[in-house]
Amino acid sequence: MIRIVLPSLLRALARVGPEIELAVDGPVTLSSVLDSLEARYPMLRGTIRDQATRQRRPLIRFFACAEDLSREPPDAPLPDAVAKGTEPLLIVAAIAGG
Amino acid sequence: MTDIRVLVGTRKGAFVLTSDGKRERWKVAGPHFGGWEIYHLKGSPIDPSRIYASQSSAWFGQLIPRSDDGGKTWAPVGNRFEYEGAPGTHQWYDGTPRPWTFKRVWHLEPSLTDPDRVLAGVEDAGLFHSRDGGQTWQELAGLRSQQGSHWQPGAGGMCLHTILLDPANPRRMFTAISAAGAFRTDDGGSTWQPINRGLRSEFMPDPTAEVGHCVHRMAMHPSRPGVLFMQKHWDVMRSDDAGQSWREVSGNLPSDFGFAIEVHAHEPDTIYVAPIKSDTEHYPPEGKLRVYRSRTGGHEWEALIKGLPQRYCYVNVLRDAMAVDSLDPCGVYFGTTGGQLYASADAGDSWRAILRDLPAVLSIEVQTLP
Repeated sequence: MIRIVLPSLLRALARVGPEIELAVDGPVTLSSVLDSLEARYPMLRGTIRDQATRQRRPLIRFFACAEDLSREPPDAPLPDAVAKGTEPLLIVAAIAGG
Repeated sequence: MTDIRVLVGTRKGAFVLTSDGKRERWKVAGPHFGGWEIYHLKGSPIDPSRIYASQSSAWFGQLIPRSDDGGKTWAPVGNRFEYEGAPGTHQWYDGTPRPWTFKRVWHLEPSLTDPDRVLAGVEDAGLFHSRDGGQTWQELAGLRSQQGSHWQPGAGGMCLHTILLDPANPRRMFTAISAAGAFRTDDGGSTWQPINRGLRSEFMPDPTAEVGHCVHRMAMHPSRPGVLFMQKHWDVMRSDDAGQSWREVSGNLPSDFGFAIEVHAHEPDTIYVAPIKSDTEHYPPEGKLRVYRSRTGGHEWEALIKGLPQRYCYVNVLRDAMAVDSLDPCGVYFGTTGGQLYASADAGDSWRAILRDLPAVLSIEVQTLP
């Protein structure tokens, strides 16, 4: 199972706790994880990546295993520790005031 | 007995207030969508339990929650807003071309006849409609063909903020955009024409150009849809021919800059504005919060101050943050960027703050419930 940590506003939107566990079919990539996440929680569509272009929203970042994965190609494999579920994928909203 | 429901959109969530017809004691529910910007909420005129909301965030984009129980519970519907075809460019502040990019929904206007039909005015300026209760949205792209490449953003963004539906003619509606101007369709939204003759905007190279005016808000009384009132960036304007021509009715206002404008529910020539000092000082003249009422459709204005702060007041009243109920006497409501929600149960003669400490108020709508 893949573990995902969402920003607090998206946790409230999806009505989930601090961490989500998701089954992902096939290779574990940012793209496949987000596909699974949005399929299970459709209210998250458009909040993390654009629905048409599938580009990451500008104030969202992806981290795992102390690495910034935000600029990795969406179809690049995520670290093994994420794929095995020993480390979570962190979806982080920029600390940008407001 | 008739009830009143006030829908308040703020910078950090939505609030739903209810009262009986006396409008003295209010029950407050919220915040709904805490932490999100709620630019607007509006209920269906024929099914008041159906309410649409614009929930947005610079971080997480746009959502459209819908309530089918009068604002008690909400569920997101469709949030995919894609411009029709190649969206092209508009002007940036410095005059350079900028691609059209969807940012947020500023205003939602449910149909007068079908609760599943609703219009959305968006930034970058465009008009979308849904025929399935907000599940899917399509652009009415003919509007942007009206010299869209010359439109430019106002300070708040290039937003379509006003949608007025003509109750006497379902094919006719009016929209307004900052900073492009006012537009009218007579065929249900397929084709549009600019309706800006008589507007004068000194910030433009040609102050009387057909498009480019920074219209802040328009209002109409449903019994007289050919008469429109407008709060422009500067100037309060009036049209008696469905926008074909405009004349200034600022009269004796202390400032003709402002955002909000509203019409009394039962007196089509009684209108309200909230004058703001200037476009750089977004607060009331002299630090006195005054609503001005004209009973003559403009020109002659009286200050309404009873119950409003008359010193040290430096809040703004944004364009969608004033509304009326349809009781008798007419109730008038407005919200401020300081988080105050003021209400008058006597057509503006006196005011009191229902709430004083909300996040900045972006919009107010009022439902008069049977």
